[in-house]
Amino acid sequence: MSTETSGRADATLAHEPGSPQPLTEHAVLRPIPGPAETLPPSALSRVPSWLRFFGSELRLVFRRPRNLALLGVIAVVPIFFGVLLRLTLHNPGGGGNGPEFLNQLAGNGVFLALTVLFLTQTLLLLPLSIAVVTGDAIAGEASLGTLRGLLTVPAGRTRLLFVKYAAIVVFSAAVCLLVTVISLILGLLLFHTGPVTLLSGSTVSLGSGVLRVLAVAAYSAVAMMSLGAIGLAASTMTQHPVGAIAGLLVLVVASEICDQLPQLSAIHSYLPTHFWLSWDGLFRSPADWSGVLHGLASFAAYAVIFGSVAWAKLTSADVAS
Amino acid sequence: MTSQAAVSSAAELALASSGLSKRFRGGQLAVDGIDLVVPAGSVYGFLGPNGSGKTTTIRMLLGLIRPTAGSHEVLGRPMPDGQAEALPLVGSLVEGPAFYPHLSGRANLARLDAADRTASRATVRARIDQALDRVGLLAAADKRYKAYSLGMKQRLGIATSLLRPRQLVILDEPTNGLDPQGTREVRSLIRQIAADGTTVFVSSHLLAEVEQICTHVGVMRHGKLVFQGPLAQLRGQARLLVRTPEPGRAAQVLAELGLTGVAQAGREVTADLGDMLPEVVNERLVRAGVPVAGLETPRRSLEDEFVELTGEGFDVD
Repeated sequence: MSTETSGRADATLAHEPGSPQPLTEHAVLRPIPGPAETLPPSALSRVPSWLRFFGSELRLVFRRPRNLALLGVIAVVPIFFGVLLRLTLHNPGGGGNGPEFLNQLAGNGVFLALTVLFLTQTLLLLPLSIAVVTGDAIAGEASLGTLRGLLTVPAGRTRLLFVKYAAIVVFSAAVCLLVTVISLILGLLLFHTGPVTLLSGSTVSLGSGVLRVLAVAAYSAVAMMSLGAIGLAASTMTQHPVGAIAGLLVLVVASEICDQLPQLSAIHSYLPTHFWLSWDGLFRSPADWSGVLHGLASFAAYAVIFGSVAWAKLTSADVAS
Repeated sequence: MTSQAAVSSAAELALASSGLSKRFRGGQLAVDGIDLVVPAGSVYGFLGPNGSGKTTTIRMLLGLIRPTAGSHEVLGRPMPDGQAEALPLVGSLVEGPAFYPHLSGRANLARLDAADRTASRATVRARIDQALDRVGLLAAADKRYKAYSLGMKQRLGIATSLLRPRQLVILDEPTNGLDPQGTREVRSLIRQIAADGTTVFVSSHLLAEVEQICTHVGVMRHGKLVFQGPLAQLRGQARLLVRTPEPGRAAQVLAELGLTGVAQAGREVTADLGDMLPEVVNERLVRAGVPVAGLETPRRSLEDEFVELTGEGFDVD
């Protein structure tokens, strides 16, 4: 060993055979340990390093000030709608042309969660948050220049993509759960609670109602994860995160518009957003799973296709940013 | 092809390339068949004007962009297949430092270390502190990156190379935008890195910034490697100039010493110094009774050589 290692550093080193260099106290300038001390990378490759990388990615996503602001706004939405609906639903003339569950809200607070999930998806709030996170994932790293840093580490392009997508999956779940939990609590506080009257007219216990709402949240999360795969693919196509974000949102809006046009009914079930709200079957008795299952199949197909596109693009792309 | 031989016997070469080329989609040939030979343990100055293809070459060496022709090896491993093995042993700073602005210097290094599947989590804290200490950023370790000065950003970029022991460090324009003080600090860092036997490949468009530290140079012009070799070779022949009232006798002594290219002009005699030491020449002249009024070893400035190779500064053709 070329450096003067203190007894303590030696002791530390002995505990950590994975460490190729002496640990030094940080007060003095020391020479770098020579290359001779480098262990071959293969000797260290058994460490489950992806977990560490994944943790770092999660910290990056969930500590980025912009994302926190976004989560904050999304958390306020249920409060806003909850209070608004609480005030307006007193008016017996109100409602009637909204979705069925909106009209049910007066009957039970659990429907606030459904209302908010519905509104945040159709008002693009959830898609926006997914778009922002996916835009940052590759395009954002490219525009900062940190992508080249990660690749020269080397993080590995395929590995990087998996870690990025895993973080998007977690974010999708987190954002849907956040909205649902807040609106469930708020709904139960602001509105009538008790046995839940389903869309089909029958009544189930409050617990069963809450479970069904959580199932809807999980379903919406899967929808957002699928959208995340599309966003990730968009993110590999550009060095400008704003381009990827706008691209994804334009896609969502275009898909929703196409889904409303009866002339395009032939392609409706192939649109990425078509099944987003197909969970109403869960609020019938007996539960009708066909919409949910169709939806899950569609989301999985989109995730696989666009995940592959992202992989093909990222693993072959010149990183010149 | 001689370069082919260079690549296959690259065990003692830190970097080797053969016909490495990059043509961009627009059709522009940014790098045109370069055969790099970077000996292990050298400090290799990769010189050339802006736009001569240096950064593109570095990006290819590190596997960021794909060559359109040719091949290369990093630390004896063929790329891009050997990337996962070779690159953990390579520290690099490509086209300026790039970090997450909202994270501290320490968090930024931790992020890069976390992405490295061969780095040990157990030692990361100590390694980061050590790297930050070596570039003098320990005091600013917890400041956000966006609050760093340009010099600090550049030094943090170099710190990423020091997170682990490396066999090769590639620094692309590490002194770009730095004041003279910062430039000196970076030079001294490079000296320290090289002192431990790490090969340093450092690019610059300013010869003066690296000539003091380089053992080897490669000079790029219009995507071609127009010179490559030990620095002394670029420097060319050192000349000897003797100022004396007796130029005739001086010229005679110099010729007897075996110096070539002896020329007389007024009271000045010049000759190629070759391997001869100037103090030896002086002693002989004095012994021969030649009064020496002055003795110099004017070198053709490296700057002159460089400009001749690369064209005038603003002549970016």
